[in-house]
Amino acid sequence: MFDSLISQFRSLWSVLQHSFSAAETVQYPEQKPYLAPRYRGRIVLTNDPDGDERCVACNLCAVACPVDCIALQQGVREDGRWYPEFFRINFSRCILCGMCEEACPTNAIQLTPDFEMCEYDRQNMVYEKEHLQIEGTGKYHDYNFYRVCGLKITGKDKGDARNEAPPVDVKTLLP
Amino acid sequence: MSVSLTIIFSLCVLVGAVGGAAVLTWFERRLLGIWQDRYGPNRLGPFGVLQVLADMLKLLTKHDWTPPFADRVVFVVAPTAIVVAMMMAFAVVPFSDSLYIIDLNIGLLFFLGMSSLAVYSVLLGGLASNNKYALLGGLRSAAQMVSYEVFMGLSLMGVVMLTGSFSLRDIVLAQEDGWYCFPQVLGLYVFLIAGIAESHRLPFDLPEAEHELTAGFHTEYSGMKFTMFMLGEYLGLILISAMITTLFFGGWLGPDWAPGVFWFGLKTFIFICFFILLRAAIPRPRYDQLMSLGWKYMLPLTLINLLLTGAIALSLQGGGNV
Repeated sequence: MFDSLISQFRSLWSVLQHSFSAAETVQYPEQKPYLAPRYRGRIVLTNDPDGDERCVACNLCAVACPVDCIALQQGVREDGRWYPEFFRINFSRCILCGMCEEACPTNAIQLTPDFEMCEYDRQNMVYEKEHLQIEGTGKYHDYNFYRVCGLKITGKDKGDARNEAPPVDVKTLLP
Repeated sequence: MSVSLTIIFSLCVLVGAVGGAAVLTWFERRLLGIWQDRYGPNRLGPFGVLQVLADMLKLLTKHDWTPPFADRVVFVVAPTAIVVAMMMAFAVVPFSDSLYIIDLNIGLLFFLGMSSLAVYSVLLGGLASNNKYALLGGLRSAAQMVSYEVFMGLSLMGVVMLTGSFSLRDIVLAQEDGWYCFPQVLGLYVFLIAGIAESHRLPFDLPEAEHELTAGFHTEYSGMKFTMFMLGEYLGLILISAMITTLFFGGWLGPDWAPGVFWFGLKTFIFICFFILLRAAIPRPRYDQLMSLGWKYMLPLTLINLLLTGAIALSLQGGGNV
C-alpha cells in the first residue's frame, strides 16, 4: 500500500516535470516534416540523362501492382523502341506500396516524397501520362537502361562491339 | 446584502461558474497537452481559446436524440439534476469575507447533500437509457458514491470539530491562525480522494470508463443533454476545488495586498490544475480496487483522523464536557 502510494507521487512528479519540456508536435500545414528521398509518395515517370523518356512500356509495373491501378498502352517508335502511348495511374486506388518502382527495369517509374494529393472530385485522382511525366531523372541521375544492357542494332548483336562485354546470362543470377 | 444585490450576485455566480466550466474544457485539454508533450487545441483564436465557442456551437447544433427504448421523462430530467445540484452547492461557497450568496449555519451539510444529489443524475441517466453499458455505469456510480460519500462526510468532521461550526464562513474565519491543511492533513488527503470520486474525475471515472463501457452512463446521450452532463462534471471539479480551498487552505485568507476573491480564485485554480495533473498522471484503478481502497483504507484512515482530532481537541480544552 505504502509503496504504491509512493509510486503514485513519483508518477505525478515525473508528469509535472513535462511542463518544461518542448512539445513533440510538428505543426503540419505550417511546418513540414522532413521526408527521406526514398519516401513512398506520389508516383512520377522520369527521363534518362539524355532527356529521352525512360519508360519502355514493358508492363511490368502494371503486373506488379497489387491493386491494379496502373494502365498503359505500348506503342512502337520508328526505330523499334517501345514507349507508352498512354500511361494512367488511378491514385484513388494506389496504395503507394512501391512495387511498381521495384519491378521497373529502366527506373522510369519512381515514388516521390510528395503525398499532398487531395481532390474534391474523385475523377481528378486519375493521373494521365502528362501529369506523371517529369523532365528530370528522379532519384537515379546517371542511370540509362540501354547503356547498361546494351543495344542490338542492325549488323551487331548485344556485346559484339569492340569495347563491349557480352550480356550477362540472367539464368546464372538466380538464387 | 440586500435581496436585489443577492439576486444579482447569484446570477453572476451562475454565469461565472458555467463560463468557467466551459473555459475549463479548453484549459484542461491544453494542460493535458503540455504534460503529454503536445499542444492540444491551439488553432482557433489566441492559444485556441475560441475552441470553447466552436465546441459549444457543435454541441448545440447536434441532433438531440432520445432513443425510442428509453424512459423519456427520466431521460430528459436526469442531466439537469447534476447541473442544478452543483449550482445549488455554489450558494454556500464564501468567495470572500463579504462576497457570498448565503451563509447557512449548516453550509457544509448543504454542500454534502447537494453533491450527493448529483448522484441521482448519473444513476437515473444510466437507468433511463435502457442500455446495458449505461446501466453498468449507473450501477458503478451508485456503488462508488455510496462508498465514498461515507468518508467524504466523515473526513470533514475533523474540520467541524476544530471550528465548532458547520458554517463555511466560520470555518474560514477559524483558519486565520493557521490553515487546516496541517492539523487535518489526513482529512485533507481523504477529502481530496473522495472529492475526485464524487465528481467522477479521471482516476475514478469508472461510471463512464470509456474503454470498458463506451461512455458509461451517458452512452445514449447527445447534444444538449450530453453537454449538461459534461457541464455538471466540470462544475463538480470547480466546486470540489473551491471546497478544498475553503475547508483546508483558508478560503479567501491571504496577504493583504490583494483582495480576498483573488486569493480564493488563485487557490481554487491551483487545485483545478492539480486535478488535471491527476488525470494526466494516474491510471484508472480496477473497480474492485476502487472499492477496497475506499472501504479498507480510506474509511479506517478517516476514523483514525476523527479519533485523533477529537482526542487532541478535547485534551487542549482540558477535558471539557462534550
